[in-house]
Amino acid sequence: MQHHPDDIPTRTILWLLFRSTFKLSAFTFGGGYVIVPLMRKLFVETYRWLDEQEMLDLIAIGQAAPGVIAVNTSIILGYKMRGLPGALITLLGTISPPLIILSVISLVYTSLIGNPLVEALFAGMRVGVSIVILDAVVSMARNVIKKKSAIAIGLMIVSFLLVTVFDVGVIIIIVACAAVGLLLQLKRHDSGATK
Amino acid sequence: MIILELLWSFIQIGLFSFGGGYAALPLIQEQVVSLHGWLTMSEFADVVTISQMTPGPIAINAASFIGTRMAGLPGAVAATLGCVFPSIVIVLTLAWVYFRYRNLSLIKGMLEGLRPAVVALIASAGLSILLLALFGSDSLPTSMRGVSWMAVALFAIGFIVIRRFKVSQILVIIGSGGIGLALHLLGIPIN
Repeated sequence: MQHHPDDIPTRTILWLLFRSTFKLSAFTFGGGYVIVPLMRKLFVETYRWLDEQEMLDLIAIGQAAPGVIAVNTSIILGYKMRGLPGALITLLGTISPPLIILSVISLVYTSLIGNPLVEALFAGMRVGVSIVILDAVVSMARNVIKKKSAIAIGLMIVSFLLVTVFDVGVIIIIVACAAVGLLLQLKRHDSGATK
Repeated sequence: MIILELLWSFIQIGLFSFGGGYAALPLIQEQVVSLHGWLTMSEFADVVTISQMTPGPIAINAASFIGTRMAGLPGAVAATLGCVFPSIVIVLTLAWVYFRYRNLSLIKGMLEGLRPAVVALIASAGLSILLLALFGSDSLPTSMRGVSWMAVALFAIGFIVIRRFKVSQILVIIGSGGIGLALHLLGIPIN
């Protein structure tokens, strides 16, 4: 049943790629950290199109790039299987379900909001979503603090103050911290080379 | 023109959100609420809420929701394509670099520097949503007047429950919504 991907006609494989990414995207809750392992299972175990190491390489690329991790990973998977047409078809498969679902919800939301019962429901859910986000923030901040790097903890505190108290733009902070990370890495490279 | 503005805003969101998950949250808030006023803070909080309860990543969900809101289907398509456009270019470039040099260490270093900042930025976006939920306004409150003690209690209980018992996120959101609705019906609204 499993064939080497090069032996499958392009049309068939493009259809399979579209169908599988569409399905994964339509039924997976919880974003990139949930969907990427499912993609691995499908491509490595079910279809056997990629071996484990290739898959790990592709996942690393998907996570290093900015943007949505599930989207990045599907682009690189599609590209690996069938070049640019493959990348575009997996991209289409991944973004179509949320595009359709949220467009419909947007229309429904606009017509429902203003109803006092719906307002009350959303007021409660806003509290719920703050709980969920702050729970994630506490876990992420702990991971940063655990590494006991003064620079990392400093960056975290300074960034928070700059954006919350001083209203500095988000993009400025991201570019500045990326530059700091890059410089530190270059320094590490240099000291590694001279040793 | 609204379509081009949507496209450009979401290109920036796609280009600068590193690390997945909630990383896009502060960028979406800045572009959509602060800079363009396409959504109010409470509509933004609702989009995040809806996003947590439906499949699909927050950035794409927000793009589709806001695009539809502002300019119908063409708006949704423009915002979504804007959001993924940087991904196509950067992922394919990175793939080329990676398979040529087998090395992404500079980018990994950069991400290392970014991680603490991303946590801080998400914390800030989370704080705005929390303030909105508790005070009905997303700016830092100057007094405790206007605070909804019911919402504070719901938050405190929910936070303990999620940290202690690892309850699923969707359950926490739906549960809080249900309590909000029940309190409203009992005549003690939380908002």
